[in-house]
Amino acid sequence: MTRIERLATISAVAFGTLTAAAVLAPAAAPAQTLNVVMHSDLRILDPIWTTAYIVRNHGYMIYDTLLAVDDKLDVRPQMLEKMPEVSADKLTYTFLLRDGLLWHDGAPVTSADAVASLKRWSARDSMGQKLAGFVKEWQEVDARTFKLVLKEPYGLVVQSLGKPSSNVPFIMPKRVADTSPMEQISDFTGSGPFVFKRDEWKPGDKTVYLKFDRYKPRAEPPSGLAGGKVVKLNRVEWRAIPDHQTAVNALLAGEIDYIEAPPHDLIPVLKRDRNVALVDWNPLGNQYVFRFNSLQPPFDNPKIRQAVAVAFNQEDFLKATIGDAAYYKLCKALFICGSPLESTKGTEGYLDSNFDRARAMLKEAGYDGRPIVLMQSTDLVVLTNLAPVAKDLMTRAGFNVDMQSMDWQTLVARRVKKDPPAAGGWNAALTSWVAADILNPVLTGFLNASCDTANWGWPCDQQMEKLRDDFARETDPARQRAIAEQVQARAFEIMTHIPLGQWYQPGAARKGVVDGILTAPAPVFWNVTKKGN
Amino acid sequence: MIAFVARRLLATIPVLGIVAVFVFLLLRLTPGDPAAVIAGENANAAQIEEIRAKLGLDRPLATQFAVWIGRVLQGDLGESFFYKKTVLDLILERLEPTLMLSLCTIVLAVAIAVPLGVLAAYRHETWVDRATMAFSVLGFSVPVFVIGYMLIQVFALELGWLPVQGYGRLSQGFGGFIERMILPSATLSVIYIALIARITRASILEVLGEDYIRTARAKGLSDAKVLRRHALRNAAVPIVTVIGIGIALLIGGAIVTESVYNIPGLGRLVVDAVLARDFPIIQAVILVFSVAYVVVNLVIDLAYTLFDPRIRY
Repeated sequence: MTRIERLATISAVAFGTLTAAAVLAPAAAPAQTLNVVMHSDLRILDPIWTTAYIVRNHGYMIYDTLLAVDDKLDVRPQMLEKMPEVSADKLTYTFLLRDGLLWHDGAPVTSADAVASLKRWSARDSMGQKLAGFVKEWQEVDARTFKLVLKEPYGLVVQSLGKPSSNVPFIMPKRVADTSPMEQISDFTGSGPFVFKRDEWKPGDKTVYLKFDRYKPRAEPPSGLAGGKVVKLNRVEWRAIPDHQTAVNALLAGEIDYIEAPPHDLIPVLKRDRNVALVDWNPLGNQYVFRFNSLQPPFDNPKIRQAVAVAFNQEDFLKATIGDAAYYKLCKALFICGSPLESTKGTEGYLDSNFDRARAMLKEAGYDGRPIVLMQSTDLVVLTNLAPVAKDLMTRAGFNVDMQSMDWQTLVARRVKKDPPAAGGWNAALTSWVAADILNPVLTGFLNASCDTANWGWPCDQQMEKLRDDFARETDPARQRAIAEQVQARAFEIMTHIPLGQWYQPGAARKGVVDGILTAPAPVFWNVTKKGN
Repeated sequence: MIAFVARRLLATIPVLGIVAVFVFLLLRLTPGDPAAVIAGENANAAQIEEIRAKLGLDRPLATQFAVWIGRVLQGDLGESFFYKKTVLDLILERLEPTLMLSLCTIVLAVAIAVPLGVLAAYRHETWVDRATMAFSVLGFSVPVFVIGYMLIQVFALELGWLPVQGYGRLSQGFGGFIERMILPSATLSVIYIALIARITRASILEVLGEDYIRTARAKGLSDAKVLRRHALRNAAVPIVTVIGIGIALLIGGAIVTESVYNIPGLGRLVVDAVLARDFPIIQAVILVFSVAYVVVNLVIDLAYTLFDPRIRY
């Protein structure tokens, strides 16, 4: 062996030795730590300042709510001793906080904290803003009691304060809640079941929560976002792993315990592994939506918008994006199949891919063949395949579609532009809503038809706005349901948007290691146990 | 020498100035709005506009640039739009993983590629040479992520010898560090082994035909001494150049490997920032990369003098 060959051999041996040393090195793991990969990295920490779902999930870790929905979406008391007492004239709601609620710094939770938090929330949240329009005043009666006095009866007080998704009315200490709603908070003291470890928060790497030992859970069993929030872990770490394949590999290797949202194309890999269990934590799921820009021709004409709904069918979209029928459901109901306001009212004749009828409608409406600028997001797996399906179905109905591909953030910035498509605007886009955000006519942002101040797409319809106001004022659930049906019928008539079916996102957990994951509109980690460390 | 170094360092000032202007303008011309990203899915136009004003993005471009460059000149790289942390803190947090990955990769690549290249040249037109060249072609051709996933499948999932992902900080122990560094640096080093081995082979082959090599042999020196003292030393300049370029590329180019192995380094920071349009981070990291390139090139130029006494500054 020459010296050169010996040098090569020594290099190989040295590398092999290092490898062996590393293999034998013990890995340190703090006791009872649940390692989780969430759907996104946590970058913003104020759940009132942004509506991003990951920040909402962070909110559920460290904050608590006055009311919360159970697994049947019924609103239950959470920080409150009982449901609020309502005066006979339905103008005064009296709230009593549970005894023994503490902030993470040990101070007691008071009425002043709750009132300040609700005021800040109602300045930002759409349902909060609606509620604020009816509020005459908030009164602090004593440390645990406060009152809400309304100008006129409002049917969604309890639903608003028990709102399960962004922005959730989380309760913060008064000194924090007094922060301007336009500023981000910088003090993350909560009263929820976990404490945020700010010194260990490394964006792009991990977010750490510790069990709040002095948290006082309710006595009832956990149900949805309500009931006893009993923490059975010492520590939860949200690990930022942006590459889905790496996250799945890490789960298969036992390096992490739970993935909140594994992509559907990797679910077969997870199903095949006997150490992995799929968890249906959100049975309500999500809804795909096709959104029109009602300001720009040709979609300023409701007849042409209707023609799109006649040309579409839900199955093509769901097969192209989700694939496995076990994870999607055909559902024309705007307020989600399986929810209290599920209905088929007004949906007849739509979403059956009747191309002949669609073509006839286009001719009748005088469609001039101008190109439809359809925006396609290329980097979000759950959305990427929607636009090509839409383009195909629309083309078969006689539309001239100009599908433009872009990354999601470009799409997000472009969709708020009201300019004509040729000047950087758009005609149509596709997105997905979490079911918890579209459970009633007030909650559903795409039904806001207040013209310029409506969500992107800007539908404009006085009748729709009146119906949504009627729904908000109505306090009788049966009459609320009847109004919701009218809203749905009107929505299909003026075609604010088209529901493209429901889809479900299972989580993936290590079988026999992780247990107790609750079914709820948002992922939560109380009640979860972990065996093995 | 000192005058040369001073001149080179002074020359970095206009380079960084041009980079700063270019990056700033490029980001502003790119479609996408950080305010819309921050506001979230349910936000309306008024909320997005409020956030835009809060971030100062509603001000004229010239004003935004003046404010940013003024701060940079005072050593303040700004604050991330999203994280509410200073960009300097974020860069410092991410610097160690990237530097360590680059260092381990280049050490591994040099340790394997240089002997391999020398061996291939020494055994010219034998199976060793052909195997080295075949590996070289393969190393260039197979994408980094494919190599990464293959190594993970074999060494992490099938054999269970090494972890799939993550980074162990040196401060938390060498075992955890090296355990998580082996697969990423092995993955990333493949292309550099291919590159350096090829250049080494070609340079040595060229040198081996020179008269002084024949003279050395005629003097009765062993093959090993001829290769080490005469061939390798005279072939070092192009090899060092390639290694230097490799280091510079690694600092900014380990993005795919960082993603596949979930290493929270600078590459991932900048990719996340680009996707979220977090302008202060992108601007600062590109400036840092530019400084790194300039410094690495300077060090390479200085290293030439170690190998070739004829080179003087």
